[in-house]
Amino acid sequence: MKYQSQKVAYAYFLVAMALFGIQVAGGLLAGWIYVSPNTLSEILPFNVIRMIHTNALIVWLLLGFFGAAYYLVPEESEREIFSVKLAYLQLAILVIGTLGAVISYLVGIHGGREFLEQPLWVKFGILVAAVIFLANVSLTFLAGRKTAITNILMTGLWLLCLLWVFAFINPDNLSLDKMYWWFVVHLWVEATWELVMAAILGFLMLKLTGVDREVIEKWLYVIVATALFSGILGTGHHFYWIGTPGYWQWIGSVFSTFEVVPFFAMMSFAFVMVWKGRRNHPNKAALLWSLGSSTVAFFGAGVWGFLHTLHGVNFYTHGTQITAAHGHLAFYGAYVALNLAMFTYAMPHLRGRDPYNQVLNMASFWLMTGGMAFMTFTLTFAGTIQTHMQRIVGDYYMDVQDQLGLFYLMRFGSGVAVVLGALLFIYSMLVVRREVVKPGPLAAPGE
Amino acid sequence: MSDLLTKSRARNVFYGGSIFFVAVFAALTVQSHRHITQKATAGMPLTDEVRLGKHVWERHSCINCHTLHGEGAYFAPELGNVMTRWGVADDPQGAYEILDGWMQAQPSGIEGRRQMPHFEITDEEMRALSEFLRWADQTDTQNWPPNDAG
Ligand code: HEM
Ligand code: HEM
Ligand SMILES: [Fe+2]
Repeated sequence: MKYQSQKVAYAYFLVAMALFGIQVAGGLLAGWIYVSPNTLSEILPFNVIRMIHTNALIVWLLLGFFGAAYYLVPEESEREIFSVKLAYLQLAILVIGTLGAVISYLVGIHGGREFLEQPLWVKFGILVAAVIFLANVSLTFLAGRKTAITNILMTGLWLLCLLWVFAFINPDNLSLDKMYWWFVVHLWVEATWELVMAAILGFLMLKLTGVDREVIEKWLYVIVATALFSGILGTGHHFYWIGTPGYWQWIGSVFSTFEVVPFFAMMSFAFVMVWKGRRNHPNKAALLWSLGSSTVAFFGAGVWGFLHTLHGVNFYTHGTQITAAHGHLAFYGAYVALNLAMFTYAMPHLRGRDPYNQVLNMASFWLMTGGMAFMTFTLTFAGTIQTHMQRIVGDYYMDVQDQLGLFYLMRFGSGVAVVLGALLFIYSMLVVRREVVKPGPLAAPGE
Repeated sequence: MSDLLTKSRARNVFYGGSIFFVAVFAALTVQSHRHITQKATAGMPLTDEVRLGKHVWERHSCINCHTLHGEGAYFAPELGNVMTRWGVADDPQGAYEILDGWMQAQPSGIEGRRQMPHFEITDEEMRALSEFLRWADQTDTQNWPPNDAG
């Protein structure tokens, strides 16, 4: 840690990890209700559990991004954060807002737009926190050295905060409501968050591989250009069937197909940098998470996204378990794993010691990634059968669901693996004390 | 990457191109907004009752179990065409009665079947909710879903 104020990232990462735990616990419970539908049905219905699951996800990912920004901006700008107090104030507002939201969900007070269920006061709290954050990092950024990494990070963060305004816009006309809803949801994960992802990945590559900054930064601009050029009009893949004009079928299909490009580029970027890199950085776990993130993001967002993005396919798969399969792998690869990469990289610095014994951390990578991959496969199979029986044959929804029990059971099993992986990760971050693993004795060649 | 593509060129392409795509997207949004209000949802007036129905829908967060025009959760059936499925898309009184009957019968309590909660909804709100679902059903969704099963 070069700058004292980077320490605020530590608090952000801790809260983020706690919420990560809540998120996967909520997911596991929701998955269990698919298996045993009477569970808690009169006390805590599925919709509330799902809300907690998805909201906790979004909030912890954002906290991770904020923490990453507070860690990375000082180092890139070569100066302390403008105000450490403001950074903690921002965190306090977000924690109060999150707790407030969870409590109100549990007592049945919530909005009714998916992912944006927060009560109005919480939405305002998030807005205030976002303004504080932008002021704080922007003042740091403007006063210091500007790099492509911080340029892109700042662009992404500013735009994603601005898009939050659409969370307040809820027209009475359902189709308009849906159209503007995607301005937050799609333009977050398939445009502005990609900028944040590229910046953080670039930073990690810079630190972990030691490749020349000039090379890394040129790549980054190309990656984010392909992200926005495809992702903005790619929003059209959500405008096929909600009352929007028919031309979106072509615009959406064509541009969202190109959305695969930035994810492919990020994966290639990460691997090329590692091959080129001369530095043998001891934090192997951070490297594993970085490569893993960009690879799984390519599969989850790129491959599974393309799977159902052409309008001729989407006509049949829209709103089935195929969507859930894609949502899970994409979020996991692109944003969960990326955040965990950043935590893994930064924690040893924040706590002032060598990278911990990383075996457990790497084991958690395989456990979680394996679990999420398996979950994606089972949901894809379930979704394929659902699409055929319901959308093509025309069987009634509930009858079709009755046929899918085995897949939901397997999804629950993979969820258990993910939860164990998440707990192992948190444990390896916070508890493990032993330092770098000692290399074993080398066998003589030829033995 | 070649020398032709310097870092500053790449940066300028990124900023310039993004502004271009934002502008195109904004223009198409304006056009789509008009299309929605004037064509796609013009089949039935957006009355105060429909508005109230939308608030009822939101207050109970139906979207976190059901899909509506294919968006939402995948735990319970599609509701964008439920009035068609029930054969009451053009019959306000019938729509109200069948919806009210359904809602009062929940939760079914059947072992091993997904449960829909019981909601406290007044008569007026129930009428509004059924009008909202009828309103949603008449939207021009480019012929989605493929069949009445939703
Ligand atoms: C990391 C990036 C991405 C994330 C986190 C993500 C996540 C999601 C989520 C959560 C949904 C469901 C939204 C809802 O509740 O209705 C969704 C839908 C969708 N995504 Fe993505 N996505 C990503 C990238 C992509 C890409 C690159 C493509 C195309 C190549 C794509 C294609 C789609 C399509 C077509 C749908 C609509 C599915 C339907 O009709 O039901 N996504 N995405
Ligand atoms: C323990 C592991 C998990 C289980 C068992 C689980 C289960 C579930 C269930 C049952 C739903 C509701 C789907 C429906 O509406 O029918 C859901 C939704 C969702 N979960 Fe998870 N989940 C888990 C982990 C995760 C993780 C790690 C992420 C992020 C990477 C995630 C992101 C989401 C998203 C984005 C949705 C909304 C999907 C959509 O609208 O398409 N979940 N999850
Ligand atoms: Fe999208």
